[in-house]
Amino acid sequence: MKKTAFYGALTVAGLAASMASAATLDDVKERGVLNCGVTTGLVGFASPDANGVWTGFDVGVCRAVAAAVLGDGDAVEFVPTTGKTRFTSLASGEIDVLARNTTWTFSRDVDLKFEFTGINYYDGQGFMVPRDLGVSSAKELDGATVCIQTGTTTELNLADFFRSNSISYEPVPIETNAEAQVQYLAGACDVYTTDASGLAATRASFENPGDHVLLPEIISKEPLGPLVRHGDNDWGDIVRWTLNALIAAEELGVTSANIEELAAAPTGNPEVNRLLGTEGELGAMLGLEADWAKNAIAVGGNYGELFEKNIGENTPIGLARGLNAQWTDGGLLYTPPFR
Amino acid sequence: MTDRSVAFVRTETLPELPPPPNAAGPTKWIKDNLFATPANSVLTVLAILAIYLILSGALPWMLNGIWTSPSLAVCREILDGTTGACFAVLTERWNQLLFGFQYPTDLYWRPGLAFTLLFFAAAPVLFFDLPRKLLIFTALYPFIAYWLIWGGSIFGPLLALVSIAAGVVFYQKFVTQSFALGFFGGVVTFFVVLTIGGYIIPDTEITEGAMRSVPSRDLGGFMLNMMLGVTCVSLSLPIGIALALGRQSSMPIIKYVCVIFIEFVRGVPLITLLFVANVMLGYFFPPGSGVDLFLRVVIMITMFSAAYIAEVIRGGLAALPKGQYEAGDSLGLDYAQSMRLIILPQALKISIPGIVNVSVGLFKDTTLVSVISMFDLVGMIRGPILASIEWQGVYWELFGFAALLFFVTCYGISQYSQWLERRLATDHR
Amino acid sequence: MTSITDPPQGSSFRLSMLINDTRYRSYTFQAIAFIVLALAIGYLINNLFTNLAAQGLDIDFSFLGAPAGYDINQRLIEYTSQSTNLQAAIVGVLNTLLVSFLACVTATVFGVLAGVLRLSNNWLVRKLMAIYVEIFRNIPVLIWVLIIFTIMIAVLPGPREFRGDDASASMFLGISAFTNRGVYIPLPFFERGFGGGMDLLMVIAVLVGSFFGARAVTARATRIQEATGDRPATLLTNLAIWFGPLIAVFVIFGLSFEIPELKGFNFAGGIKVGGPLIAIWFALSIYTGAFIAENVRAGIQAVSKGQTEAAGALGIRPRRIMSLVVLPQALRVIIPPLISNYLNITKNSSLAILVGYADVTATLGGITLNQTGRAIECILLLMLFYLTISLLISAVINVYNNAIKLKER
Repeated sequence: MKKTAFYGALTVAGLAASMASAATLDDVKERGVLNCGVTTGLVGFASPDANGVWTGFDVGVCRAVAAAVLGDGDAVEFVPTTGKTRFTSLASGEIDVLARNTTWTFSRDVDLKFEFTGINYYDGQGFMVPRDLGVSSAKELDGATVCIQTGTTTELNLADFFRSNSISYEPVPIETNAEAQVQYLAGACDVYTTDASGLAATRASFENPGDHVLLPEIISKEPLGPLVRHGDNDWGDIVRWTLNALIAAEELGVTSANIEELAAAPTGNPEVNRLLGTEGELGAMLGLEADWAKNAIAVGGNYGELFEKNIGENTPIGLARGLNAQWTDGGLLYTPPFR
Repeated sequence: MTDRSVAFVRTETLPELPPPPNAAGPTKWIKDNLFATPANSVLTVLAILAIYLILSGALPWMLNGIWTSPSLAVCREILDGTTGACFAVLTERWNQLLFGFQYPTDLYWRPGLAFTLLFFAAAPVLFFDLPRKLLIFTALYPFIAYWLIWGGSIFGPLLALVSIAAGVVFYQKFVTQSFALGFFGGVVTFFVVLTIGGYIIPDTEITEGAMRSVPSRDLGGFMLNMMLGVTCVSLSLPIGIALALGRQSSMPIIKYVCVIFIEFVRGVPLITLLFVANVMLGYFFPPGSGVDLFLRVVIMITMFSAAYIAEVIRGGLAALPKGQYEAGDSLGLDYAQSMRLIILPQALKISIPGIVNVSVGLFKDTTLVSVISMFDLVGMIRGPILASIEWQGVYWELFGFAALLFFVTCYGISQYSQWLERRLATDHR
Repeated sequence: MTSITDPPQGSSFRLSMLINDTRYRSYTFQAIAFIVLALAIGYLINNLFTNLAAQGLDIDFSFLGAPAGYDINQRLIEYTSQSTNLQAAIVGVLNTLLVSFLACVTATVFGVLAGVLRLSNNWLVRKLMAIYVEIFRNIPVLIWVLIIFTIMIAVLPGPREFRGDDASASMFLGISAFTNRGVYIPLPFFERGFGGGMDLLMVIAVLVGSFFGARAVTARATRIQEATGDRPATLLTNLAIWFGPLIAVFVIFGLSFEIPELKGFNFAGGIKVGGPLIAIWFALSIYTGAFIAENVRAGIQAVSKGQTEAAGALGIRPRRIMSLVVLPQALRVIIPPLISNYLNITKNSSLAILVGYADVTATLGGITLNQTGRAIECILLLMLFYLTISLLISAVINVYNNAIKLKER
């Protein structure tokens, strides 16, 4: 049941019984909708299109979790969050899972009491400069004015990088990506820095993407992943293994095209069978249906398909797989076995 | 009689001569109003220069505007290097600007209808000459509007309406005995009926059809600004009156509680209160209640405007001659009676222009919710529209549109306020 | 409870008197109100701690002592990324105060100008000023900040455009540069001076000396006027006293200017006024100026025409009527709302985060909050700061109001 403002008001008055429960899974099932925190708009990762439908790579993870839990990839309520509000939204229970290119750091995991359930994108902070500036390395940026999108780990990495290289810079903190683009394009700053994926997405949306170069330095490790609250391990497991299922599906060659066929009857590969629920009881162990992973993969395809569709080389964003390739292809994606 | 002691006296009146050409008509007007002194002439020339600069920049841009185009790139192609606006963003995205990007497209008629009805509901409040019977519709309006905008089961708003009606009936029955009994009894009745009704009404969700429910985070665009403005101003009026009376009270505890509240709220920027709504307020509710952001923001903005309205009303109370208070006492009226029947009607009348000013300011301040990731008109522009690949780089058209919408609304209200001020000026000058 | 009735004689206190006796009823009410209030606050605080405990969080201000880790572009005191969060907050506080102060000054100038011009005899100017006031009063300040910031970014050239032989932009008069990162103006300094701070102190000392000198000359002129009826011309003497010593100091110590020039990515040298500061400063000034214009107009109109006519009948010259008769009375009406407009400027300066100006909302309530996740602590401190400022300003208003209260005897 959706809580409207009216029932909310009753709750405040202490008149309607509040439906608090420790188990997020039960809450989601009862509600029939997964509340998923996303960005307020970053093309390729999460942004609403002209019809208000959310699309993107992070959105794909949300839809997969919804499909695994509820059997319906559209049973998601996307809650736009800013850098400031995302953690409070998650902590207060407003959202069930936060899939908002959030960097997995020690303090967020330990001090802020969250649980990162995996990494869906290995990123790093990079720099973009206009080509005619003639800069080929970030170490040549002494005295430059740098536009930073606030609310991320970006400011801290940047300060560390310039301090360790003993060069000076002038930071211009900016609230939204759109406003940062205005400043950068108008020449109000020489450099725009944020996660390399975000830079690629931003550059893709320029009128003349060729006029801008991404510098080779990647100054930080930014493992981005979905996160949930501390303390509800069952729910954390569901999100973690849904993500793993997407990654494993690519490794095992399960795609949205052949999944119906593979799931119809046990195949020759026992791991595929366990993943798709035709063998073993993995779904029941999670407290889900046997075809949970099949639903999750069917809604948007496996990890590789999601990547190609939203941010891959054939999209305007044009990101190469790089670190985000399967371990078999020299990347870092390595899912624990489904056993 | 003619006096012959002087040589000549004209005895008949000469016909009037026309005034010299530069002392009448447009020439005189121009001379008096534009070129009266050298300094004045300089000012005129400067003003004409300023107007020319603004118009020469803006007019070609506006007249050359493109109204149909799917994206900025196409629009620039059509313009082919000439100056011109790209109003196509407005025709393409008008629905998002007005209703936000998540409100179901086929349900736009619902907020549209609610907006139209708002005029009928507001009319009897704004214009005293209309029949008083129309106020019944005004009283019903909040429930109709709530149901239209959020949709869902009609039982919720109906229950609230019935509870309030029950409270009012109780109040009217007992207010003649004692105001306190009537008032507090009415409040208790309201809650009792609401609680009992809560168990009775069917707890069904309507997810299909014309009246399906829309969650409040799907609200957005100018609609959100209007809703926040109207809701918060109407909620803050009674609170503001209570605070103003409390601040005037002779009871120290009540007085200082009101003073502290008012000074605290007036002392901090609205933006920090919105941060509170966004990241802090949730912690003050019972665990797990999950009050949604819209309601939290309404609570904070209502507190904010209540403090300002309280100060305006306090001004009205202070402006009343002391004799009015004494007259109430001498008639043997108790505090509630004298306030209700003598003081407040007059004080509120004096305060109306001030209240309207506060309301206009508050309505403008509702744009601040864009800072806490709500997609009101400005939030839509700064977020989804400017971030989309098609329309990034379109600023003037969008901000101009937003400015125009607010100007029309606020200017309209302030003109009304001035009209009202003249209308209410019953004292002799 | 203003009505007073005689208490019933001879009867001792009964419990029902708490409700029925007007002498005691207010105590009953206050006691009830106090208990209800205490319960409500207790309930909220209990909720707060239950919720925090459920999430394993606590309220802890020790993050203020930890290194902030980020840099700030506009700072009035020494600050590096290794400074603490508290120092970052102080930098933000000073920046808030700086932009508020600057905006108060310019908003007053705009407001007084527009307010006086709205009463001008010139029809065109009057209408123009009316349009200015209406447009700015009826559109949200947030939209103005965004529009003005976008204008600044889009219209002014970037430093890059100053470069090369066929540069599309050039420096103003060759000494100042207006870029979309800020305005660079020449920095005056003494070639044979004692160094920055001492030089400034010296100039100030000279100016103070000139001030007292000029006052002495004026006082003497007034004495002569009272004695003889003729006022000696003081203009030339005053000019000499004001500028003579100053020019002498400039010549002796060798006044010189450091001209900003393009070096690397940015202009170097001279005084830099940052773009974000200019944007928020200008936006707040021109927006609040429209409100002040209305105050000024109302204030001048509040002085009855009879006052001007009376002063004229006494033979006071028109210029002095304004300064001796009209203005002192108008100021009584203008100043209280003017100060509350100053308060609004201070509060609206929190919009600086929209343009990337590092005020206290952007440092303490923005980056520090994001990086430490200490939302409650940061917001409480933020509110405390604004509250202190506003209470101080309210105190000023009260003092002023008491000072100018018509002394009726």
